[in-house]
Amino acid sequence: MNLIDTFFNWAVFRDSLPALLQGLWITILLGVVSIVAGLVSGLLMALLRLYAPAPVRALARIYIDVFRSIPLLVLLVLVYYALPFVGIRLSSFTSAATALTLVSCAYTAEIFRAGIEAIPKGQFEAAEAIGLGFFSSMRDVILPQAFRIVVPPLTSNCINVLKDTALASVVAMPDLLKQATQAQALSANPTPLIGAALLYLLLLLPLVRLVGYFEARHRAATR
Amino acid sequence: MLPPVESQPAMTAPSVAEPAPKTAAEPLIRIRGLHKFYGTFEALKGIDLDVRSGEVVVVIGPSGSGKSTLIRCINLLEDYDRGEVLVDGKRVLRGAQLAAVRAEVGMVFQSFNLFPHLTALANVALGPLRVRGLPRREANARAQTLLERVGLADQAYKLPGQLSGGQQQRVAIARALAMEPKVLLFDEPTSALDPEMVGEVLDVMQSLARSGVTMVVVSHEMGFARRVADRVIFMEAGRVVEQASPEIFFTKPNEERTRAFLQAVLQH
Repeated sequence: MNLIDTFFNWAVFRDSLPALLQGLWITILLGVVSIVAGLVSGLLMALLRLYAPAPVRALARIYIDVFRSIPLLVLLVLVYYALPFVGIRLSSFTSAATALTLVSCAYTAEIFRAGIEAIPKGQFEAAEAIGLGFFSSMRDVILPQAFRIVVPPLTSNCINVLKDTALASVVAMPDLLKQATQAQALSANPTPLIGAALLYLLLLLPLVRLVGYFEARHRAATR
Repeated sequence: MLPPVESQPAMTAPSVAEPAPKTAAEPLIRIRGLHKFYGTFEALKGIDLDVRSGEVVVVIGPSGSGKSTLIRCINLLEDYDRGEVLVDGKRVLRGAQLAAVRAEVGMVFQSFNLFPHLTALANVALGPLRVRGLPRREANARAQTLLERVGLADQAYKLPGQLSGGQQQRVAIARALAMEPKVLLFDEPTSALDPEMVGEVLDVMQSLARSGVTMVVVSHEMGFARRVADRVIFMEAGRVVEQASPEIFFTKPNEERTRAFLQAVLQH
């Protein structure tokens, strides 16, 4: 068997492609659900971390620190294999989405916090001086400006979440990586893994480029 | 409430919080025994000050004298440690009432602090829209009227970054006016401007003063104080040293420290 037949076997690739595409769909679904849930909860967490009463602020800080420290794989195993012992039985999709969201929320919160803290004090004062309440100050004045600052790091975080979906294969999620390893076992040939790698690249390379574009634009805008 | 603008009766639309009829003796702003500390440094050492409705008060003094701190205490952008501040009879304190009191006190900052992501029009319309609850059309109409009043009708759809410093400060004045405040505070409104733009901002402020807007102005512009102020206040080291009408203040001040300060700033 030569290199081409082993790693780039067209017949094997063709046979495994439907399964791989199915896996890709699950990967995208899991990624999008986790990213959206992470964004919403992360923004909320950032606001709690910055503006809630002191005890809540402390809790938010602990949450953020803990979930940025814990390895995602460990969290995933805990959610999927340990929670059933206390009567919480989640499907593999829900387990994976939960673990990804918990971690993404912590990172997103830190990104939003940095963005909000980068807004000059005068903007807060001007909003206060015309009598805007907290909600309106955030929605109309602070967050629109903060969002522009955090688009590049947020996109980076989205890429990380999408990549981390591959870990979901350990909890029996039929995601792209899982499909590839199954197809590899079935055909006794690693070509499906190469196929999966290509699909991951196809999915993520444009996003990586997008981050570069956002960063260049941000530099141009703030030169 | 702002006084009516002849050409635009819409400007006199009732504001949300109509003041109770008050006696002529009751000042619009009443400050008693105001103390403010930064750590151990005492920035304000017991200020007493009244501002009557329609009055234009210009506060001058060397930097570090506490004049900016004083006007920032009026709408509680700066917390104070002792004493009390009343605006239109209501105490200015942290709490649910604060936003309502702030809506009655307009503020113009040294560094403009326009919202950079909003057009000039949206900057001015935001307060009426969100705080006064005006429908967007009415808020925009009011904003357009005010931009005309400060001479910027044709700049309504530009972002602050596309405007000159003088234009930005005039938008900021329109933004403060849009709330129909009972008093306007100016915190060194021309100090961040290029010299050739100072005049256009002072002209707008002078026309506001002439139309009866109550104003407290922290400024280094002695010419403006002399022409426009009803009363000039000289502060030094956290105290009001002297206050008088501009005629008396600039010609025969009582205090030696006032004379020394005036001599220093008027010499060149």
